[in-house]
Amino acid sequence: MDTRGSRRSLLGLATLALVLVGMCAGHRSAGAAAPLKIGFAYVGPVGDAGWTFAHDKARKAVEAEYGPKVTTIFVENVPEAADAERVLRDMVKQGCGLIFGTTFGYMGPMMKVASTAKNVKFEHATGYKTAPNLRTYDSRTYEGAYMAGVIAGGMTKTNTLGVVASIPIPEVIRNIDSFTLGAQSVNPKVTTRVVWVNKWFDPPKEGEGAQALMNDGADVLMQNTDSSAVLQAAEKAGKHGFGWDSDMSKYGPKAHLGSAVINWAPYYKKAVGDVLDGSWKTGQTWWGVKEGSIDLVSVSPEVPAALKAKLDTVKAGLKAGTYAIWKGPVMDQDGKVVLKAGETADDKFLHGINFYVKGVQGKLPSGK
Amino acid sequence: MLRLVARPTPSRPLTLAAPLIAFALTVSVGAILFVALGVSPGRALALFFIEPLRGADAWSELSVKATPLALIALGLAVCFRANVWNIGAEGQFIMGAITASWVAMRATDTTHAAAILPAIALAGILGGAAWAAIVAFLRDRWNANEILVSLMLVYVADMLLGYLTYGPWKDPDGYNFPQTISFLPVTQVPLIADGHRAHVGLFAAVAVAIAAWLFLYRTYGGFQLAVGGAAPRAARYAGFSARRSLWTALLCSGGLSGLAGALEVTGPLGQLTPHLPVGYGFTAIIVAFVGRLHPFGILLASILMSMLYIGGELAQSRLGLPQALSGVFQGLLLFTLLACDALASYRILRVRRAVA
Amino acid sequence: MGGLALMLAASVNAGTVLALAGLGLLINERAGVLNLGAEGMMLIGALAGYATALHAPGAGMLLGYLAAAAAGAVMAALFGWLAIGIGTNQYATGLALSLFGVGFTAFAGKPFVDRQLAERGRDGIPWLRDLPLVGPALFGYHLLVYLAVALAVGLTWFLFRSRAGLLLRAVGESPESAHALGHRVRAIRMLAVIAGGALCGLAGAYVSLAYTHLWVENLIAGRGWIALALTTFATWRPARILLGAYLFGGLTMLQFHLQQRGVQIESHLLGMLPYLATVIVLVLISRRAAWIRHNMPASLGRIFRPGT
Repeated sequence: MDTRGSRRSLLGLATLALVLVGMCAGHRSAGAAAPLKIGFAYVGPVGDAGWTFAHDKARKAVEAEYGPKVTTIFVENVPEAADAERVLRDMVKQGCGLIFGTTFGYMGPMMKVASTAKNVKFEHATGYKTAPNLRTYDSRTYEGAYMAGVIAGGMTKTNTLGVVASIPIPEVIRNIDSFTLGAQSVNPKVTTRVVWVNKWFDPPKEGEGAQALMNDGADVLMQNTDSSAVLQAAEKAGKHGFGWDSDMSKYGPKAHLGSAVINWAPYYKKAVGDVLDGSWKTGQTWWGVKEGSIDLVSVSPEVPAALKAKLDTVKAGLKAGTYAIWKGPVMDQDGKVVLKAGETADDKFLHGINFYVKGVQGKLPSGK
Repeated sequence: MLRLVARPTPSRPLTLAAPLIAFALTVSVGAILFVALGVSPGRALALFFIEPLRGADAWSELSVKATPLALIALGLAVCFRANVWNIGAEGQFIMGAITASWVAMRATDTTHAAAILPAIALAGILGGAAWAAIVAFLRDRWNANEILVSLMLVYVADMLLGYLTYGPWKDPDGYNFPQTISFLPVTQVPLIADGHRAHVGLFAAVAVAIAAWLFLYRTYGGFQLAVGGAAPRAARYAGFSARRSLWTALLCSGGLSGLAGALEVTGPLGQLTPHLPVGYGFTAIIVAFVGRLHPFGILLASILMSMLYIGGELAQSRLGLPQALSGVFQGLLLFTLLACDALASYRILRVRRAVA
Repeated sequence: MGGLALMLAASVNAGTVLALAGLGLLINERAGVLNLGAEGMMLIGALAGYATALHAPGAGMLLGYLAAAAAGAVMAALFGWLAIGIGTNQYATGLALSLFGVGFTAFAGKPFVDRQLAERGRDGIPWLRDLPLVGPALFGYHLLVYLAVALAVGLTWFLFRSRAGLLLRAVGESPESAHALGHRVRAIRMLAVIAGGALCGLAGAYVSLAYTHLWVENLIAGRGWIALALTTFATWRPARILLGAYLFGGLTMLQFHLQQRGVQIESHLLGMLPYLATVIVLVLISRRAAWIRHNMPASLGRIFRPGT
């Protein structure tokens, strides 16, 4: 059944020729070197003021940093389906030497395209599969969630927090848990309620989720969804909330306590730099506050000075690498000890979190 | 003053020219839009209408996009000609993908392609046909309006897809993301040529187009179907079975939509995820109309619609134009085509007021 | 207020979007026209409302709502000109409208995504909403909620107690007879479609101006299609549309409510309910010819050409 032999070798020769030409072209004197073309595939619109917006901001930072050495192109609204492969292939065809895929769902297409375009480097956000020319990167959003929790725990009057959550993947569960742990570090009495909207982005539904949480007594809201609807619902009801993915303070001036902002710029600049100076290597990167990938910004002046000081201590500790969020003793909802006293969680543990910590109410959506 | 007066029969030359006029109108409006957006209309139009045709890879991508559109639209053409308004092709597409996925997930390391591939295709056809059969049954037995039932079933199918991918069919090694396992390579739809994504579904689409043409224009059954759609009373008088036409139309349409779903899930996608439905079932309705409900017209129309999709992506990555433009173009094209088509049934007359 | 009461209140808010759109669709479906472009009209209304409110809010964003209704009416008029005036296929034309609406609003709405509307005032009827106990429960809703209720009442009267409404229904049941009696069927249908479009546009604006207070691509996220289901589910009666809207709108709130109590009903299975319920209702009312006549506009979806 395999009649691909001659075709494959022809294609291989062509690729090899292209690579050789490419290498020759790239090794011309620095002044005459063609700028590195970088492609960005976005799952949403640039204007979503959330996930994609943050990626695009970093793209612009890369342009500012490297000036004439790079040119960037981007395609938004690339669905996490068959079409992604076409977009990626087209980027390769257009001569991109580095391509960023900004959502988990591109994993399959990226692996496929990476295997045929071996001279192009691929960066996949939040994924877990790597290849010689494909590596993954992620942001320790749970650190942002923890810091928000610290503020939330100190600001809540009902000791009930609420989280509007998207899809029950480990990342989101980890964020919910970290938020709760942060709150409990200043206020051991808090409990957290969760609603799952099963979408990353659906403003009306997010608003409804926020309303349901507030109806049940939550007075500080957190979200893992991408729009400002939750914060706006909090504003309307006179409660508090946080921004997520980007600075959302203007969407709820009275309600806003702080925004957990992802900053992809430090990593993007490094990735581009790696390609430009030839030191790009595959691997998996997970950056946090220390490297500047996540931060809690625009903390509201309403937050009392003592609480803000506590936050600053945590932040400084995270920056220095001396503060560990997931440090034992940590118990799950059923009271089982998941982290023994003094034990610090490693990345493997963090990646596999599939339980609620004590203090989070409700059941995890079944499925696994 | 000028008035629109109905013709006894639509004008032949205008009917033939309608798609071209519509196309020209859409392109003109597009050109104006591009100028307003500050890009060269020539470059932008080239990206939409010429670039997607350049090179083997481009044609391959066109076929990947056009194949499901064509398959579904061919089935819809049969339906619409019979005056059965199946608006639920999207749901039948999803169900075909679901049943095909079930079969694909049974594959093991020792499975032969020759055994599993036909099974996948058959499963897809049966899944889609079964979903459409619900519509047929409800209309046949209880007179339920097929437009509304088929439309509702689209959402039921979508929810079912979500339920399966978030729940029982979720890949245990997939980090809890809603997706099934990646199907084994033996289940992949065979590619036409290495290095390109075009797959044998293309041949299926062409074959089905020929079969549809033969059926509609060269068989008695097709004739009955068409008469039943165009003049139901005459058909009843002639003894044509409306019930048979109903079931034929819906089963065909459902089966073809299901086949498209099966090809999509085992071809370009390789696994079942909630992101499977992208609106092919609805776009195919437009394709069916742009193709005048004629099998060969549909093949051309599906290529045209795919060009608009792909052109939109290219316009964005090459010119920075918003990707939403393809939706605008598609809508515009359909509007103008519908208008031109209908206007072929009218003529413009100069009417003088009656003198007292 | 108790948790249940709060949930009901939230359902009313959520359902008003569907109610407004559903009542609009009711008007054109009663005249025999099935406009599948509801989603497009709601989106265009949402955007038009938002854009206007950004620049010229007027009192309580009144201008925004008016602009939204006007935008919806214009799109409906385009649909009407094609489907009723020239006689194109209603379903294809409606679908084209939806498709166009999604693409056009995504495209034209880009400048408005990161913008912020002015502070919005409190919802509710002034003075009445400050009454103890019953104030927030009954009078604290956004004005459009009350409008939806008033519309339902008004439409019931209009359709079943007024001459004009009788004519509308006659056109929907048997356009040939109405035409034979000398009524201008197409003009009546056109008016119905335009009115329906205006309400769909208004429903869209409710989402962008009141319910979520922002604009992003595809804000309506399929609610236009639910509204289409709703008119059928409610067997084309205004009061039932209102109740059905609150029911459908409340399903999400119910699901969240249950989630927090630890009851996990799989959200997708729950999400199927409105559609399955609609199919069941459809089957129930269609079983006998008499019931169909009683419940569904007979000429729904069919093109009418005078002289044929």
